[in-house]
Amino acid sequence: MSARTIIDKIWDAHQVRAETDATPGILYVDLHLIHEVTTPQAFAELRARGLGVRRPDRVLATLDHSTPTLPAAADGTRPYASPEAAHQVAQLEANCAEFGIALNGWDSPHRGIVHVIGPELGATQPGMTIVCGDSHTATHGAFGALAFGIGTTEVGHVLATQCLLQRKPRTFAIHLDGRLRPGVGAKDLILHVIGAIGVGGGTGHVIEYRGSAIEALSMEQRMTVCNMSIEAGARAGLIAPDETTFAYLQGRPRAPQGEAWTRAVAAWRELASDPGARYDREIRIDAAAIGPTISYGTHPGMVTPIGAPIPLARDAQEAKALDYMRFAGGRALTGEPVDVVFVGSCTNSRLSDLREAADVLRGRRVAAGVRMLVVPGSVAIKHAAEAEGLDAVFRAAGAEWRDAGCSMCIGMNGDIAEPGQLVVSTSNRNFEGRQGPGARTVLASPRVAATAAVAGRIADPDAVLEDAA
Amino acid sequence: MKPLNRVRSRTAVLPFENIDTDRIIPARFLTTTERVGLGRHAFNDWRYAADGAPDPAFPLNAPEAKGCAILIAGRNFGCGSSREHAPWALLDYGIGAVISSEIADIFRSNALKNGLLAIVLPPDQHAELLAQPGIELDIDIAASTITLPDGRVFAFALDGFARHCLLNGIDQLGFLLDAEAAIGAFERRADPHRPSLENPA
Ligand code: SF4
Repeated sequence: MSARTIIDKIWDAHQVRAETDATPGILYVDLHLIHEVTTPQAFAELRARGLGVRRPDRVLATLDHSTPTLPAAADGTRPYASPEAAHQVAQLEANCAEFGIALNGWDSPHRGIVHVIGPELGATQPGMTIVCGDSHTATHGAFGALAFGIGTTEVGHVLATQCLLQRKPRTFAIHLDGRLRPGVGAKDLILHVIGAIGVGGGTGHVIEYRGSAIEALSMEQRMTVCNMSIEAGARAGLIAPDETTFAYLQGRPRAPQGEAWTRAVAAWRELASDPGARYDREIRIDAAAIGPTISYGTHPGMVTPIGAPIPLARDAQEAKALDYMRFAGGRALTGEPVDVVFVGSCTNSRLSDLREAADVLRGRRVAAGVRMLVVPGSVAIKHAAEAEGLDAVFRAAGAEWRDAGCSMCIGMNGDIAEPGQLVVSTSNRNFEGRQGPGARTVLASPRVAATAAVAGRIADPDAVLEDAA
Repeated sequence: MKPLNRVRSRTAVLPFENIDTDRIIPARFLTTTERVGLGRHAFNDWRYAADGAPDPAFPLNAPEAKGCAILIAGRNFGCGSSREHAPWALLDYGIGAVISSEIADIFRSNALKNGLLAIVLPPDQHAELLAQPGIELDIDIAASTITLPDGRVFAFALDGFARHCLLNGIDQLGFLLDAEAAIGAFERRADPHRPSLENPA
């Protein structure tokens, strides 16, 4: 067989039926992740047609988007943002019960953001096809899985048949070579990449991130990179599995155990793209040239090195974006006063992200007038963070320490900013109104976000943290 | 889904690039458990001013945009969230076709599954349509053509299977259910490249 990419290998291994000119292929799905927002209409469709769920054992269900991050009252009532949000959660509980799906619900120690708990449980594994009615499903690509977002109609398809009708996407290799500078992390790297290829730069493609800078990343960092592939328009993003991947997975509850583990690792080692495999597109980016990077506009392709003057608007679109953000082209954003800081989301809510933020906050205080929300990605992360005292660091600094969920990444649960407020956020989307109507979002790493909280303004961590110490 | 073979309408133009699905339907309206009724929130935060009244500056609020079923939008329409609420909202609002020079993958797939045409044209043709709001277009799905008022015809690419489903009102789940025997056989086949399937999930 000719040299194949990891994308080809996973695709080929999951074809129930190959595509033809007349019909798309039928692709088997190994793991289906579901949450309360994009499933009610799919279950209604099954019910209307008298269909069951084909493989409830291949569905991982949780509550994350509409869920409050404040604790329940003494009588057990939860502070939902609206009766509709409460109803949506109740619907998923009822649907899972009716269709025989185990739900990681309110009482589960495994509840959390769907893209955080899959890896945490070891349910996300190399070589798998993974889908979810959620565009950040690419997060799971960090493990060398082909993971992508689908719509609600397709959620119904997978529930009923465990399959999807798909045409094979094109392949796109992004090589990141060189060593990241100290204090520069995965978030800076991926923001830089999106800026380089543009928000539509990956459309129609699956990206494979390659190169020495990628190999050097931890699993948590790889997840941050793959997570934002959709922000470049790509169907998915993935990284070939290696020793780092295996070490992360070994011993997790749903990872293979014993003899099965040995066989699995042997098969996973064969997944990496063959030498000489051809991609539809390839680019190279020097990782050593990347500095702390933030967004300045209203889509994640409008990014800048933190201290650099932001570009002047080149057209009406960019002028409109700067106008919304109330930023002036030609000036750096450092010094811009900040109202809210959010550390959380499936991009940056894992233990390493919380540690990164806590390292900045330890012995310092959130500036007067700034509200800081720290929202762990899962119940397990919350407990782990509390076990090492991170919650105490956040509380002592004046930040709010919340329960797990999507929270201010999407603002569906009532965690939002006020119109006009500037939010420095570790999430993935700075779209107009994403964090509340009129709210202005600057995307950043946990380190940059925590620095903004302490300084009360956008600031370069390297400049501020030394003299503040 | 009803069979669909023609969309004929004047055009409304939203000349902005990268219109994301949060713009098309903001997240706070996603708590619905229905597919219907989202039209009144389509483009909610552009469409209504802070006091809830229609914002006259929003192009689709112009009197001449009323009733237009064809939307010409700037490049990279439908990017961002995979929410199918976006095509549901547009259809419910009365849009039957969206034309751009680039349409995000998931939005396009969701749109076609709901009978909302998502058409990609080359940049020059797209630019021409963007520049002339209100012209009458005749979209013929079987022929995959758009006829302009001056008689010129723009051809567009449409996946043959998607076209077949649109023209005949076929929903794709039926097609997958018919493949049950093949799916069962696939599940029983051991494959060393899918170790995951050997494990209890
Ligand atoms: S954290 Fe944000 S991006 Fe991630 S799944 Fe939740 S809403 Fe989506």
